[in-house]
Amino acid sequence: MPTEVLMPALSPTMEKGNLAKWLKKEGDKIKSGDVIAEIETDKATMEVEAADEGTLGKILVPEGTADVAVNTPIAVILGEGEDKAAIKVTKPAQQRKAAESAAPAKAEKSQAKAPETPAPKAAKAPEAPALQIASDPDIPEGTEMVSMTMREALRDAMAEEMRRDKDVFVMGEEVAEYQGAYKVTQSLLQEFGAKRVIDTPITEHGFAGLGIGAALAGLKPVVEFMTFNFAMQAIDQVINSAAKTLYMSGGQMGCQIVFRGPNGAAARVAAQHSQDYSAWYSHVPGLKVIAPSTAADAKGLLKAAIRDLNPVIFLENEILYGHSSPVPKLDDFVLPIGKAKIVRPGNDVTIVSWSMGMSYALKAADELAGEGIDAEVIDLRTIKPMDTKTIVTSVQKTARLVTVEEGWQQSGVGAEIAARVMENAFDYLDAPVARVSGKDVPMPYAANLEKLALPSVAEIVEAAKAVCYR
Amino acid sequence: MAVAQKTPSADTRSVADFSKEQELSAYRTMLTIRRFEEKAGQMYGMGLIGGFCHLYIGQEAVVVGMQMVLKEGDQVITGYRDHGHMLATGMEAKGVMAELTGRAHGYSKGKGGSMHMFSVEKGFYGGHGIVGAQVPLGTGLAFANRYRGNDNVSVTYFGDGAANQGQVYESFNMAELWKLPVIYVIENNRYAMGTSISRSSAEVNLSRRGLSFNIPGDQVDGMDVRAVKAAGEKAAQWCRSGKGPYILEMLTYRYRGHSMSDPAKYRTREEVDEVRTHHDPIDMARQRILEKKFASEDALKKIDSEVRDVINEAAEFATHDPEPDVSQLYTDVYR
Repeated sequence: MPTEVLMPALSPTMEKGNLAKWLKKEGDKIKSGDVIAEIETDKATMEVEAADEGTLGKILVPEGTADVAVNTPIAVILGEGEDKAAIKVTKPAQQRKAAESAAPAKAEKSQAKAPETPAPKAAKAPEAPALQIASDPDIPEGTEMVSMTMREALRDAMAEEMRRDKDVFVMGEEVAEYQGAYKVTQSLLQEFGAKRVIDTPITEHGFAGLGIGAALAGLKPVVEFMTFNFAMQAIDQVINSAAKTLYMSGGQMGCQIVFRGPNGAAARVAAQHSQDYSAWYSHVPGLKVIAPSTAADAKGLLKAAIRDLNPVIFLENEILYGHSSPVPKLDDFVLPIGKAKIVRPGNDVTIVSWSMGMSYALKAADELAGEGIDAEVIDLRTIKPMDTKTIVTSVQKTARLVTVEEGWQQSGVGAEIAARVMENAFDYLDAPVARVSGKDVPMPYAANLEKLALPSVAEIVEAAKAVCYR
Repeated sequence: MAVAQKTPSADTRSVADFSKEQELSAYRTMLTIRRFEEKAGQMYGMGLIGGFCHLYIGQEAVVVGMQMVLKEGDQVITGYRDHGHMLATGMEAKGVMAELTGRAHGYSKGKGGSMHMFSVEKGFYGGHGIVGAQVPLGTGLAFANRYRGNDNVSVTYFGDGAANQGQVYESFNMAELWKLPVIYVIENNRYAMGTSISRSSAEVNLSRRGLSFNIPGDQVDGMDVRAVKAAGEKAAQWCRSGKGPYILEMLTYRYRGHSMSDPAKYRTREEVDEVRTHHDPIDMARQRILEKKFASEDALKKIDSEVRDVINEAAEFATHDPEPDVSQLYTDVYR
């Protein structure tokens, strides 16, 4: 059967083009791959190669024709032994003329023989799936509470998961022989050996990608960034390779991996070492983002993160590493990812924070109590997925909200919380939501300026009083 | 300036001695890739395939020769010019084509497209759209092999363009440091999009790019499937015996533009024709088959027609398969 050559689309956006030149004439032999014509698009002149073999039986659109719609038949190729007489002129003559006189693409398209491409449906996007998060497990009465630093709690979480599952391993800069740049991986090398506790070269982009590759192959890496400031070198791998692969593979290939390390400002290390990435990672579908403030939460959530089948960003804090708090002494203490915690119940104003921000928030709540304001303090613990329900329920009670974060204000986590509260509890609000955040500057080195750049207890107290109109 | 095809280093100009079965099977797979890509180009022209579409025409001998040295459990990973790699690993033309058209029964349910397809079953780990990103990932696959103590290898493909990305060298360093079983196959088709290798690279002999890491490398005639197999065999043996990574620079050529919308004005028609006429991997295999009387003209015609049937069937399937259900929008973000 004679084969029609159609006007090809030569770019993602092309709808029509000019047939500049025929390089073969009727009767010429054609091999697959031969250039038969030149077509001008809005961007360039492109060569059209034949995809079939045979003889150029008939040219349907002469050279020099402008605005030929994509999918218009432009020539007919005859197969072996086929005669010109076999050409059925499926298109009426006026159609050819239409092409020549640059008729609108629409009329052409409807008559072209090409299989119909499904017209873009104006389908409504389905509802995003609702979040079902379990509550914290009950801690049996009489459970011994052991005071430990967050540093020790994190180490114990990794050690327990490594004992439990031989596919779990830890890699990063100085995690093994040096015992961790911040001593979080202390003694892991001694217990698990160099095969499972791996010192990497200083090569964040490379080892993040290598870890993701190992995860695609089914291992469960815990990748330590010495700090998340250095993870910007690796963020392409974290987002493009770790977060998106499950979706891009239609659910076939996932990536069970934890990226952890200190995030945000430490003290006096200036702009390049003092950035909060909570908002950055929480922007990305496919990632989970956790940022605990206590030793118990750190342990329970890191164990959950290592077991989670998805890539998890686990944001720690250098200042909190040395803080001690009670951790339940249980064989397997695991907390649910995605669940906020009401750390201090109250009735007058809701304060939401996480990680280091909780230190300021809780001190502010104490001060506010002294002034007769009863603040409810919520520790978000997980930034993504966000526990909107706990926040909204609280605001329905208090009618006032203050968010606290170390990160910058624009497009920050506080902005997201404010938007969700507006969407879900607008009628309950008695005052605009107040955001206390890091100032819109790179972190200064000078001690006095650094202090000013970070959120402070005083600012939270002031914001809480403002939303209470006091 | 056009870069003359370099002479491969002496030791890998040697070719594997192919049996009749090997020669015919390689011919069939190379032809399948060629016909698949021609059809994809055609369907792109008809608006059935959207976005970016990078065709593999001309480079078929590379993946087909390499695949011949792999065994169960070995992994393959590459960049975005990936259709040939998928077909070589045994993924079905129907599923690949249906992914190109963005349909429900594509390998990624229509959510990945040309550059993002995977098959756990066939050991194909993508399909990656960011130039060079697959190199640390492939190194990680090799890490998993070493961690598990098996003798599988990861074949990590990238192009002459990706060879200038920093993460490639971060990977080289770790791979040699930890003796990871990874074959880095650099598909040097002479052009990184529109920039010829001599305009982009201080060292154009890419097989030497591992020298400062002590990774051995060979230049290979990537247009001869037998040379590819011979070189691959040597590299795989090196990796499987625990000696670490190996670099194979495949000297190859793509006939089409970088992607469908590339007019390829950076090279002459004569340059393309020279390779197509004198070095085409499929024509050369065909010639050998006839010379050695492994098959008759008629038998080859039969293969050609069987291959066309497979491709036409795939195209037909990919044209009529439905788009993914709207309920698929939110699935596979988390598991």
